Amino acid sequence: MAKLPVSLTINGDEHDLLIEPRKTLLAVLRDTIGLTGTKEGCSTGDCGACTVIVDGKAVTSCMVLGVTASGKEITTIEGLASDGELHPVQQAFIETGGYQCGFCTPGFIMASKALIDENPDRTEEEFRYALGGNICRCTGYTKILEAILQAAEEVRSTS
Amino acid sequence: MKSFEFYEPTTLAEASRLFAEEHAQLLAGGTDLVIGMKALTETPQSVISLQKIPGLAGITTDGDSINIGAMTKVREVELSADILQHHTALAEGASEIGSIQIRNLATVGGNIAHASPAADTVAGLLVADAQVDIASANGERTVPINELFTGPGQTVLRSGEIITRFRLPSPASGSHYIKHKIREVMDLAFIGVAAAINIDNGTITDARIGLAAVAPTPIRATEAEDLLKGNAPTPELLEQAGEAAAAASSPISDLRCSAEHRREMVDVLTRRTLEQAAERANG
Repeated sequence: MAKLPVSLTINGDEHDLLIEPRKTLLAVLRDTIGLTGTKEGCSTGDCGACTVIVDGKAVTSCMVLGVTASGKEITTIEGLASDGELHPVQQAFIETGGYQCGFCTPGFIMASKALIDENPDRTEEEFRYALGGNICRCTGYTKILEAILQAAEEVRSTS
Repeated sequence: MKSFEFYEPTTLAEASRLFAEEHAQLLAGGTDLVIGMKALTETPQSVISLQKIPGLAGITTDGDSINIGAMTKVREVELSADILQHHTALAEGASEIGSIQIRNLATVGGNIAHASPAADTVAGLLVADAQVDIASANGERTVPINELFTGPGQTVLRSGEIITRFRLPSPASGSHYIKHKIREVMDLAFIGVAAAINIDNGTITDARIGLAAVAPTPIRATEAEDLLKGNAPTPELLEQAGEAAAAASSPISDLRCSAEHRREMVDVLTRRTLEQAAERANG
């Protein structure tokens, strides 16, 4: 089918694009815009590597048709830092070593950010459960959990 | 993914007309359809998004009745204070679907219209006695949820018909859902059991039991319900109800577990679900 006009706000920048309806939001971000920080893992919604934030909600971008994101605000890993300052979640992942090969990291960071925005007062158990849709095949979960707990604490203490 | 024509109608009549065409598929949250299209198990020639039709999403109350728009996100159902209080089993079922990222996309209407016998919202809707409002270009009708399904992936929906709303008429004083699974999240139900109970002065005045993934369609265990009504929720009675629910099931063996295991677990989990629902009804 012919390409359709789509207007996406990505990390605060407006992009007017023509995209094929069969392109997922993940493919639009990576291939059309060139924002390759968002990763393609399983592409079936199971691994969470492609997690981005759409209108404030964390979603697996491999399950979203790009055309249906028109008019929405999208935040990717590239949009988290502001004025050269890393987001507390990014900083915590660095400080705790919350990554090994790094492939799952953008997805974990975006999912963690959305969870902390929604409620930074979750218990460790609640954070573990809420991150169930993100998989780390290096199995570095201990440090990832340390990172999100540290970031949540940081957000609680500064808000 | 194969190419398709993409439509974003803004009225139900237009969506219904487009959906009545051959090889058309509705797009709600996309968590089943988009994955199916990538796997080429779904190859629609046209995809009709319901996302631009006003009034299909949201939870409203109307007296005792709670209405859930078909396009309401599963995550919203899970977190709704009204549903948590009055239809706990449904909120619990919603919270069992996929991950938060998926529940932020997936809709209740999609979970039900997909007609998987293992859908996590279906047992909760069954014990809520949900009425399913359906619209098409030819008009509207309502089907009780226990008459909606005809087989795996099959419903009574006719060409061009679209689920618009679930109406939950009567809140139960206690309900609960148990999903039998291996992983805590991101798993399919081996079986799903929901129970809703009303208790008055120590006597069960109403009881509903919904079973998922133990028959070609989700079912109500009506014999077990009849055993319960009019009696006190004693351990012996709940055990008998579990046995009656197991007898009503007709599970299959597949690579995840055997039919025998499923039937045995219907017995056990029906009893446990009823215990929890009864405790909530008394509390």
